[in-house]
Amino acid sequence: MAQYLLKRLGMTVAVVLLVTLFLAGVVHLIPGDPVELLLGPRATDEMIANAREEMGLDDPIVVQVASFVWNAAQGDLGRDFATQRPVSMLVSNATFHTMSLAFLSLLLSVGLGIPLGVLAATKPDSLLDRTTSVISVSFITMPSYVTGLFLLLLFPIALGVLPATGAGDPSEPLNYLRHLILPASALAITWIGYFARLVRTSMLEVVGSNYIRVARAYGLRETVVNYRYALKNAVIPSIAILGVALGNLLGGSVFVELIFARPGLGNLALNAIDARNFPVLRGSILVIALLFVVANLLADLSYRFIDPRIRVEEQQT
Amino acid sequence: MATDDRPQRDPLRALRATVELLRDIAQRPTGLVALVIIAGMIVAVTVGPLFVADPAAQDIPRRLEGPSLDHLLGTDHLGRDLLARLVHGARIALGVAVPSVLIAMVIGLILGLTAGYLGGRMDSFVIVVTDSIQAFPAVVLGLAILALLGPSMTNVIIVIALAFSPGYARVVRASVFAIKEDEFVQAERSLGSSTPRILRLHILPNVIAPMLILMAIDLPVAVTIEAGLSFVGVGVPPPEPSWGVILNDGFDRIRAAPWPVIWAALTLMITTLGFTLFGEALRDRLDPRVREAVRGDRQGRS
Repeated sequence: MAQYLLKRLGMTVAVVLLVTLFLAGVVHLIPGDPVELLLGPRATDEMIANAREEMGLDDPIVVQVASFVWNAAQGDLGRDFATQRPVSMLVSNATFHTMSLAFLSLLLSVGLGIPLGVLAATKPDSLLDRTTSVISVSFITMPSYVTGLFLLLLFPIALGVLPATGAGDPSEPLNYLRHLILPASALAITWIGYFARLVRTSMLEVVGSNYIRVARAYGLRETVVNYRYALKNAVIPSIAILGVALGNLLGGSVFVELIFARPGLGNLALNAIDARNFPVLRGSILVIALLFVVANLLADLSYRFIDPRIRVEEQQT
Repeated sequence: MATDDRPQRDPLRALRATVELLRDIAQRPTGLVALVIIAGMIVAVTVGPLFVADPAAQDIPRRLEGPSLDHLLGTDHLGRDLLARLVHGARIALGVAVPSVLIAMVIGLILGLTAGYLGGRMDSFVIVVTDSIQAFPAVVLGLAILALLGPSMTNVIIVIALAFSPGYARVVRASVFAIKEDEFVQAERSLGSSTPRILRLHILPNVIAPMLILMAIDLPVAVTIEAGLSFVGVGVPPPEPSWGVILNDGFDRIRAAPWPVIWAALTLMITTLGFTLFGEALRDRLDPRVREAVRGDRQGRS
């Protein structure tokens, strides 16, 4: 276990380093001079020279990349081209909104998907099972922005309920939550379907296994067998997929934040692209990638922690 | 050159096998739905444009109209026929999705074969690179790269191919690891066969099924990524009638005229549903054991 942990952590550090290097080098790959693009055609040579100096663009590329990585490691992501505010400040505000969106949608997906899958598995081929499987297939294939647009059309526009734009006021939890419901549902719907199917499949596999048959033979009640014995093993694949789910929710949040005009990381990145504001773009994308990597690491570790069979298998091989 | 000692394939046999495969798929209700949707897509891509109006013809006085006999699905903000734009958009959707999945498959195949067969340092290197690519959700990787390259159809293909290639590399690598210590491969090696020969004759045939399945699963995801990137303005640029561009145009005026958004969203929904159901039917038909290798790698990636 310790050896695995070290190897996994080493890999994570290598990945983070490579991602940071890539983003540090990004500015140099852009066709055209970022400063001229930013200041526009009317900038004087002197203004351009000053801006280049200030951004350290005249240093050798290696120095620039190294200093970006060094500063990023200390939490300094440079300054916003337009407002001169520190990027780390913009990014941390946006991170809060994106994280709350991602976590609420993860909660919805797990909280609705797993019970739905269990219900379907306990009564295979029933009407409920069939309806669930049809609904979950159509849910899985819906891109989050399609769901988001439909929700926007249905609730705020047609019915006039729930807010259409903004994140609300974080100091008023109810208000904040009202603003979160639609975007979080738009993201969650895909994963409700996914978890439902995953749990159904693994539940059916587990129910056919010997230890469940033994539990039944002992005369344990059906509910005890299903929920205390079968479910425990049936949710393991879902836990393994949590990291991937969170990553996808983060990716999908780009669309959903645009649709519902939420001031999160995705919207920050999109606005930065429009304004050619590369420090902000770089900072927001770096944070999304970091969140994703950490989420995957945690999911991977918790999976091992929860399922002792994996550890045993590893020791044997 | 090594002699090819496989029996010569009868071309008609391959055709017959395909027909049989499709018939099997059509026997499940979901498979039938999938085949109908895909047939519709093929019609739209091939002869569809002959039957609809010019997707670029503007008619400003009649902009943002609802469905009518002249314009079956209504018009957009420049008075362009929405049905025509959606039908032409199918060409863009598949014109991006098919090449990007093919390129991803080739890159993944090369990476996976090298990593799996050579192992050791090469393997660790490939893993770190693919992990780094997968450290970005596909859409976010797309944002980062398209911000540099600028919006264009080719660049979208590059981005999607890059984002998908680790999936293929992993599937191939896993299959190679599973096969290369098998006795028949060992025997072949001890008889002095060259590495390329072993790869081509023994390893390659074993990775084809999982790769086909992954491609079928990836195709609709590629469609949604293209439309999504175009929707947020970094993908296929307007005035091309990409479904994402139609969504973007419509989104700006969604309160005044919801039609463009509704039609484009429905089109995307039905298309992805069709291709996903097809991918699943193909997976179940080809090899249920492959499920493990592919599971969870891709679903819902956008």
